[in-house]
Amino acid sequence: MNKQSLTSKLINAPYIIWSVLFILAPLVMVVYYAFTDRSGNFTWDNITALTAYKETFGRSIWYAVLATLICLLLSYPLAYIMSRSSASKQRTLMMLIMLPMWMNFLIRTYSWITILANTGILNTIFKAIGIGQVQMINTPGAVILGMVYNFLPYMVLPIYSVMSKLDYSLVEAAQDLGCNSRGVLRKVIFPMSLPGVISGITMVFVPSVSTFYISQKLGGGKFLLVGDSIEMQFQSAYNYNLGASLSLVLMLMIIVCMLVMNRFADKEEGAMII
Amino acid sequence: MEKDAVIIDLKNISVSFDGQPILRNIDLYIRDGEFVTLLGPSGCGKTTTLRIIAGFLEPDSGEVIFEGKLINGVPAHKRQVNTIFQRYALFPHLNVYENIAFGLKLQKKSKDEIRSTAEEMLALVNLKGFEKRNIASLSGGQQQRVAIARALAVKPRVLLLDEPLGALDLKLRKDMQVELKNIQQRLGITFIYVTHDQEEALSMSDTIVVMDNGEIQQIGTPTDIYNEPKNAFVADFIGESNILDGIMHADFSVEFHGIKFQCVDKGFGKDEPVDVVVRPEDVDIVPVEEGMLKGTVTSVTFKGVHYEIIVDVDGFKWMIQTTDFTEVGSVIGISIKPDEIQVMKKSEYSGLYGDYSSFSEEFDELSDPEATPEDEEEPVEA
Amino acid sequence: MKKKALPNLYIALIMLFLYAPMAVMIVMSFNGTSSTSVLSGFSLKWYGELLNDRVTLQALSNTLILAITSSILALIIGTLAAVGINAMRKKWVKNAVLTVTNIPMMNPEIVTGVSMMLLFVFVGHMVSSRDVLGFPTLLIAHVTFNLPYVILSVLPKLKQTDKHLGEAAQDLGCTPLSAFFKVILPNISSGIITGFIMAFTLSLDDFIISYFVSGPKFQTLPIVIFSMTKKKVKPDMYALSTLIFVTVLVLLIIMNVMQARAEKKQKAIKQVK
Repeated sequence: MNKQSLTSKLINAPYIIWSVLFILAPLVMVVYYAFTDRSGNFTWDNITALTAYKETFGRSIWYAVLATLICLLLSYPLAYIMSRSSASKQRTLMMLIMLPMWMNFLIRTYSWITILANTGILNTIFKAIGIGQVQMINTPGAVILGMVYNFLPYMVLPIYSVMSKLDYSLVEAAQDLGCNSRGVLRKVIFPMSLPGVISGITMVFVPSVSTFYISQKLGGGKFLLVGDSIEMQFQSAYNYNLGASLSLVLMLMIIVCMLVMNRFADKEEGAMII
Repeated sequence: MEKDAVIIDLKNISVSFDGQPILRNIDLYIRDGEFVTLLGPSGCGKTTTLRIIAGFLEPDSGEVIFEGKLINGVPAHKRQVNTIFQRYALFPHLNVYENIAFGLKLQKKSKDEIRSTAEEMLALVNLKGFEKRNIASLSGGQQQRVAIARALAVKPRVLLLDEPLGALDLKLRKDMQVELKNIQQRLGITFIYVTHDQEEALSMSDTIVVMDNGEIQQIGTPTDIYNEPKNAFVADFIGESNILDGIMHADFSVEFHGIKFQCVDKGFGKDEPVDVVVRPEDVDIVPVEEGMLKGTVTSVTFKGVHYEIIVDVDGFKWMIQTTDFTEVGSVIGISIKPDEIQVMKKSEYSGLYGDYSSFSEEFDELSDPEATPEDEEEPVEA
Repeated sequence: MKKKALPNLYIALIMLFLYAPMAVMIVMSFNGTSSTSVLSGFSLKWYGELLNDRVTLQALSNTLILAITSSILALIIGTLAAVGINAMRKKWVKNAVLTVTNIPMMNPEIVTGVSMMLLFVFVGHMVSSRDVLGFPTLLIAHVTFNLPYVILSVLPKLKQTDKHLGEAAQDLGCTPLSAFFKVILPNISSGIITGFIMAFTLSLDDFIISYFVSGPKFQTLPIVIFSMTKKKVKPDMYALSTLIFVTVLVLLIIMNVMQARAEKKQKAIKQVK
């Protein structure tokens, strides 16, 4: 038996060592840098300096919430339609939704400039039909559009995968018991698709709230997000300590959001059982 | 049975997981060519014993001896022992033929030899023509046969079978019992068979080893075990039995229900408290005036071959199997022949198994965790 | 028919949204001028230009080298880890390891990137080396964020595999090691392949984490594209993207057709049964 536990230790060792060195140690580094100054002495300065970033955090969360909500509203009907389609159509649609994810997101985001710019494709069309020029690029709307565009598949896929496994006889049973179609949606389909919705929300919210490229390109640098601030500290201002404290707060914020949401999800499920 | 050479000898084997003893001082020897069944409830240590023989588990203490040689520490792949696993453990990525040839290829047999052995094995288990079939496309019974063929192909000296029929339905189970016994007799290989099904054990084995709580309770032939259970546990686990408290007054004289009965047991101390077992089919119903005991019939169940009646004698509920119909509420006499009385020493099990006052077969089955095929009995190891 | 019109229209609009930028990219790659916004004339010159763009080609090969090495490394460590985790008996240890495994997936990429950068810079300070960031740090980072995907696609396959399979192989004469290769590995291979493909594509496409842990000596394609979009994107990048798009499209179609065939075959088998 000693021999068995030895081999199992040998099998586990590389990964455990790896994850301690490269998953846990980096997180410790974030904490270390957040609470030290350039010469390595303990300080609260990096944390207190964050008060200047209140607005940035607020904006990041607000944009991310909007983007997540829009993604959800767009994805839910799409996932539902997909899950009710024929097998070959489902496959094709899946492929079409995943295909953009395989393309470099910088180029794809950059292409939106061509579409949204003042002299871009949409404005050319608007002018031709007499609406006149509309300022689209470098607006909060453009930033949110960029988020929705980039992260929409992350919402569609989990919801679709839950819905496609949903037993349709449950819907029939609900109808049989006197549910109208809205009732079926509200009382059967939605609660059962909730796990997919929850994982979709996390998968869209987390990258949205921490993005920096989208806001730089489509917001023209006018609407700084937390991601932009972190990127700046590391790549141009070279204040790693402040960058670390920003990252730490971002990370904690996301953990709190997820805990709250999981609690909410548990309650929903609990309510369903009752 | 002739005195064949001992092939496997377990000496004073003990195993525990996380401080919980699973096997305590097991001593067991198995003769070459024997069909031995390890019988007991789940968690009794029977599968653990099997895994120690197979080499999947090293005992904490004690010796495992194979043909006179100590084989502690010899890994499974070097032992001349093969296993039929509970859920067969067939290799899903290989077809039937490749599964059977798996061990032969490892033995570096020639291609022709592998082919002829595999075909011979398929014929043995009545699966000719299944060579190319996918494992997933086979029924449970067919998978079972492939597992047998795969294990026998490598010509083991000992075949270990871990509840091999547990996943099959009743009818198939009965057929396979006969078939397994035939295979064993034809090939003359030692079979060590693990089951919790006492009927299976009684009908197939040369020797039964009854286990409970990590200890061997009794070793013997099926008739010995049935007719002369050593303690209340064995009596209760195998077949139906009325177990009463008694006092052994002298050799051949035991008292229960306040009456002295003649028996064939001896060698107990004077007035030693004992457990007395009487099998339900060994009780004769006689007219009240001829009865050694008398009681009131409280229930009658028709079983096809016989009636099963419960009789209240001074508050103790006897189960009696009889071909004569009796009416509920009638008073009957009971007579027991001396050689139908089995006297056992008091043990830790005394008093655990009483009469049939709460008897209900349906209830028994519902609360029997082993009604469904049990999983590995080993607790998880750290 | 009428009932289906609305859903189909909806799907079409979403697809228009998803594919508009890509259409722009493809059209502009055939542009006659170097503009990425105004189309003037059709030409293949950017495709020719691409072949002469040393920086882009170098970045492309760097990206491939990194993706291949990191996904193979992640594959080996991850498969071993999955086997180890699957065999773990103590629940709390298993949960702890799985939680740590999830961290790179749940953490925002920017935090993962920044935290690894800090670690590398810190270690660099200790050995007083100025430029620690390069291929090794990129490799470490990529393996790290690839690992959970490999582990989480192999683990369920291991769980589905009969736990006695390995013992059965040993019983028939395999050493424990050859039992793993002959019996366990073939049964979890589909999970390993899925994990590998995921790791490879994630690695190919990663920008955010690479951005923080790479140095000037070893740049991947996304990093080159990023620095280009800071100034001006030449249409040869669109040409490259168009080529990648076509490759991925063809691969996906092939996979799709194969999947459809496999499903049909399975149905046929079921009917025979």
